Amino acid sequence: MSAEPRAGAVGVPTEGELLELAERVAGWARDGEQVEAYVARGRDTEIQVYSGEVESLSSAESAGIGIRVVANGRQGFAYAGSLDLDVVEETLAEARDNAGFASADEWVGLAVPDGTVAADLDVWSDELAGVPTADKVALALELERAVRAGDARIRQVESAEWGDSAYESAIVTNTGIRASSRRTVCYVSAEAVAGQGGETQTGSGYSVGRGPGDLDLVKAAADAVERSTRLLGATKPRSGHLTVVFEPRITATLLALIAGTLDGEAVLKGRSLFADRLGQPVAAASLTLVDDPTDPGAYGATPYDAEGLATRRNALIEDGTLKAFLYNTYSARRAGTKSTASAVRAGFKSGPGTGARALSVIPGTSSPAEILAAVGDGLLVQSVSGLHSGVNPVSGDFSVGAEGMLIERGALGRPVRELTIASTLQRMLQDIVAIGNDPERLPSSATGVTLAVGDLSMSGA
Amino acid sequence: MIDEAVIERVLGTALRTGGDFAEVFAEDRRSSAARLDDGRVEDMVSGRERGAGIRVVVGETTGFAHTSDLSERGLSEAAEAAGAAARGATGGVREVALRRVPAPAPNEVDVLPESVGKATKVALLGRADEAARGVGGAVRQVSAVYGDSRRRILVANSDGVLASDDQVKTRFMISVVASGDTGMQTGRESVGHTVGFEMFDRYQVEDLAAEAAGRALAKLRARPAPSGSLPVVIKRGSGGILFHEACGHGLEADHVAKDVSVFAGRVGEQVASPLVTLIDDGTMGPEWGSYAIDDEGHPAARNVLIQDGVLTEYMWDWLRSRKEGRAGTGNGRRETYQHLPMVRMTNTYLANGTDDPDEIIRQTPKGVYVAQLGGGQVNTATGDFVFGMTEAYLIEDGELTEPLRDANLIGNGPQALRDIDAVGDDFAMGGPGTCGKQGQGVPVGTGQPTLRVKAMTVGGTAR
Repeated sequence: MSAEPRAGAVGVPTEGELLELAERVAGWARDGEQVEAYVARGRDTEIQVYSGEVESLSSAESAGIGIRVVANGRQGFAYAGSLDLDVVEETLAEARDNAGFASADEWVGLAVPDGTVAADLDVWSDELAGVPTADKVALALELERAVRAGDARIRQVESAEWGDSAYESAIVTNTGIRASSRRTVCYVSAEAVAGQGGETQTGSGYSVGRGPGDLDLVKAAADAVERSTRLLGATKPRSGHLTVVFEPRITATLLALIAGTLDGEAVLKGRSLFADRLGQPVAAASLTLVDDPTDPGAYGATPYDAEGLATRRNALIEDGTLKAFLYNTYSARRAGTKSTASAVRAGFKSGPGTGARALSVIPGTSSPAEILAAVGDGLLVQSVSGLHSGVNPVSGDFSVGAEGMLIERGALGRPVRELTIASTLQRMLQDIVAIGNDPERLPSSATGVTLAVGDLSMSGA
Repeated sequence: MIDEAVIERVLGTALRTGGDFAEVFAEDRRSSAARLDDGRVEDMVSGRERGAGIRVVVGETTGFAHTSDLSERGLSEAAEAAGAAARGATGGVREVALRRVPAPAPNEVDVLPESVGKATKVALLGRADEAARGVGGAVRQVSAVYGDSRRRILVANSDGVLASDDQVKTRFMISVVASGDTGMQTGRESVGHTVGFEMFDRYQVEDLAAEAAGRALAKLRARPAPSGSLPVVIKRGSGGILFHEACGHGLEADHVAKDVSVFAGRVGEQVASPLVTLIDDGTMGPEWGSYAIDDEGHPAARNVLIQDGVLTEYMWDWLRSRKEGRAGTGNGRRETYQHLPMVRMTNTYLANGTDDPDEIIRQTPKGVYVAQLGGGQVNTATGDFVFGMTEAYLIEDGELTEPLRDANLIGNGPQALRDIDAVGDDFAMGGPGTCGKQGQGVPVGTGQPTLRVKAMTVGGTAR
């Protein structure tokens, strides 16, 4: 042990102090032991307004640490929602103890620096910290008013919201990793309720950015209004097979599902649909899918992955051919390859898994209107439900609830609801018939784009 | 966890800006989990979280702040922040005198998780792995998770309420991948109860493993699910999720108050088939969604929501019931001290009917039999809901025939409730669930006897 821990509160740490604490913990590694400390701090504000009044206002800071210990090929993990030194010390002891109960595994181990230089990313807004609470409240109220005023059929706004978050983290290991990063995000969102007679429909709109200057209230309000009102009169369609056009926000969700099946660990463990398909055509030739967390415009942009390796651009599918899987340190070692710096974690409470952060497809050349015209008859999907229950990433079965508009003679027709669309992930990739020229940045691990997929089953009446 | 005199002073501080109501919610949570995958115990994880959330209500506005510092200084700072967030008029001193709310624990806990060695917990995983792989050569992959948590909470508010609870939960989950000519398929089984390690006296992990493996193997022969409207028979147990989605969320008072529920303003009306009696019960012994007090300090209760098809009651949290001047129902819950409480379900179930479950199948010429459900989702404003089937069979001429691949079903809540035309006499609770609402997950239970919905849309691909 290089330094004796001392009991006492750390107070509100700065980014440098997070790094210092992580270094200290990594320094407590014993001989023959690898120790990783991931220290994170978040500051969040959430304001909900309803009927012209603030319904709730919550503003808080939270911090915590996750510690991983590897000894004799065994890994243990422990976390605590506190940075008090006595708690941190206890957490390390727990992680160490936990390691004794895991199975030995020759591939287990912490990341070591691989020479890739971290991207210089500007994903932090100093301006955000200076926005007075009253201004945030005013923006949420303005959004609510704008939605209400957007159409006479808007009955109410279920909630209009401002949210912001500043997240700082540091990760240090005694294997040479030393990384810290910080990012801010803010958003406004509204859920509109439209009504006509006894009927009710809902639609949401939002705008997201690094700082308040990035937010587009007008667009958020217009989206919520259009999406709720255009569904009025929606009926359940007849069952059949047809071409489905996904709006950018739904495409983003689909891309994230696809990327989930390209996890190198799932491949090693016999859980990936695409395990034996590397180098083979798995999608329409028009599809190129890339994960690039160094793209500063992406919501998930970050200079380092969750093990402290510099992030990089990974092409997963090129011209329809499967090019690569995503790896963290463990799965890469086991597969005999290099980490793609795709370690992710759900805050300080979990160890590193694998995942995409900033997916995008190379846009096509057609506008959404041109795609509708080319499709002729089909379905435009504006929302889906039941993703957890209806998409099986191992078998590939895909079945989700959907709402949207029928496409009739190349243009938007009548609204439909209470239907499902179904296929398999494998077939949907092959059945892509058009990719739009309209990339849209979203609060998601993927950039959206209009996407048309042929031959899905639509189940209704 | 915190001295009573300190809480009284902190509530006083919280009210200094003129609040109508203030509350301290303190939580100390320890958890441990162990995960086996690919034949190896990958890791054992333990976690500790401790802190308090302070809420101040002024008129229609709620201010909230939280802290991981349970000292009087930390709590007072959070109280000031919450008071400032609620923006009341300044001035006014109110004294708070606390009185303890007695609340019986839903059941005894015999073996606290911390009294059981980690090696004993880990040993369950290996047994499950071996049993699942023993079911057949087509079993290619097994993962299993053991988890326990102990959550001690203390709630005090300016109405004088002081209550505490010690909530112990244990769960076990196994997931199997089988591989055959038609690709890979999955099977799952999980159990979870508000008990300690004695749960494993009641369940053998080998049995759970065999269930999960059997599901995956059966699905290797599965054909695509039908596409379109069909009668659906749902096996007892996990089908309770149907009610959770079809009407449970729509009966939560916050959705009702904002008029974003298809069930708003309908108390006293026939909203379901007369065969439907629906209950939400947080006092149900060792079930996954049970507790002694909710996260606003009020005892859990058994609430009949629908009696013989007639809507009798919504579920309430304290804030909304207080505003309405009515009694609460013990449904105010939050994920952690970092969250505001809201109306949530506990254990929601359909009461027994009188039909013979086998007869329900026999009297269904063509339809789908759902033996295990995954999760679901609902839009309370329109009532449209989905839920996924993870084990299902075709019914042909009153008999179960071929297994079906996974798919979602979609329906509309009020219509589905009216369309229930048979309810069995074989009630059972289903597996443990996590209900998500506005970003917060809480443990919930569901249950039902075997039942039939005369028409639902099955979202398969069969032509």
